[in-house]
Amino acid sequence: MKFAVVVFPGSNCDHDAYYAAEHVLGQQAEFIWHKDASLKGADVVILPGGFAYGDYLRTGAIARFSPIMAEVKKFADAGGPVLGVCNGFQVLLEAGLLPGAMLRNRSVKFQCEQVLVKVEQTDTPFTSACRPGQVLKMPIAHGEGNYYAEPEVIARLDRNRQIVFRYTNAQGIPTDESNPNGSLANIAGLCNEQRNVVGLMPHPERACEMALGSVDGLILFESVIKSVSQGAVSNAEASAKAVAVAR
Amino acid sequence: MRARVFVTLKPSVFDPQGKTVTDALHTLGYSAVKDVRQGKYFELDIDSTCPDEARALAEQAAEKLLSNPVIESFRIELADGAAV
Repeated sequence: MKFAVVVFPGSNCDHDAYYAAEHVLGQQAEFIWHKDASLKGADVVILPGGFAYGDYLRTGAIARFSPIMAEVKKFADAGGPVLGVCNGFQVLLEAGLLPGAMLRNRSVKFQCEQVLVKVEQTDTPFTSACRPGQVLKMPIAHGEGNYYAEPEVIARLDRNRQIVFRYTNAQGIPTDESNPNGSLANIAGLCNEQRNVVGLMPHPERACEMALGSVDGLILFESVIKSVSQGAVSNAEASAKAVAVAR
Repeated sequence: MRARVFVTLKPSVFDPQGKTVTDALHTLGYSAVKDVRQGKYFELDIDSTCPDEARALAEQAAEKLLSNPVIESFRIELADGAAV
């Protein structure tokens, strides 16, 4: 299985994502420069963490106009699994592939710590191997992870079961103390209505080996490997090409 | 033409930076300052002498890039000549 890791100028978790896919999970991984016009036959696309374009203007605001993002959108529209981690999540929000926006953390500090998140939905390609309600320990490292959307959007996300991860305590209860940044409804991660595009603020790729304090992030990679190999998500690049040809 | 674009958080959106600035002003004794909302200010130097055209262009820029309509709104002021 092939993972495409998109590299924006200022991405800094691209190597972590590549390492997790290629060396920990034993899959094929390839860096895709943001000016490239092709995802090169990837089965899974990862938008990694970092500070694309220095976070100038707003996080993800300039990266969303990178040439590769048109391909990522096509891939997503065709049902391909896309994971946005941290800054990658922020890019997905700015690109409109996921709803809402990020504000500065309520602490007004850059927060770098281990957090607990509960898996709320297991019918996405990145959580298909999780138990419902499973609590995962993963690190966060962000200054703008305070998720915001209008109340009716939050209600719609809840109704459509698009809230995939919530910040909780060890018992899986979303408390204010377990919310590191002030996100509405303790939202740590979301999916789109089609469920193939997932974004989250915690870093699964930095929680894949015990040396880093947790291996709980592995299950997101194992999930997508399982989903793709079972054909739960289509070979999106092939379908995207077919759609383009048909047009 | 020059356009000034003011981007501000919508009233319903919490502004952690504005709150921190408010607290800092109170610490300095400016208790009369009830609230601060922090925003962004852009000056656009536009190659056009037509106010309507310049405004339309500034609006497009503000909608597409300078603001995020989920959390922000914007206001545009036009000025001719060099000094904004």
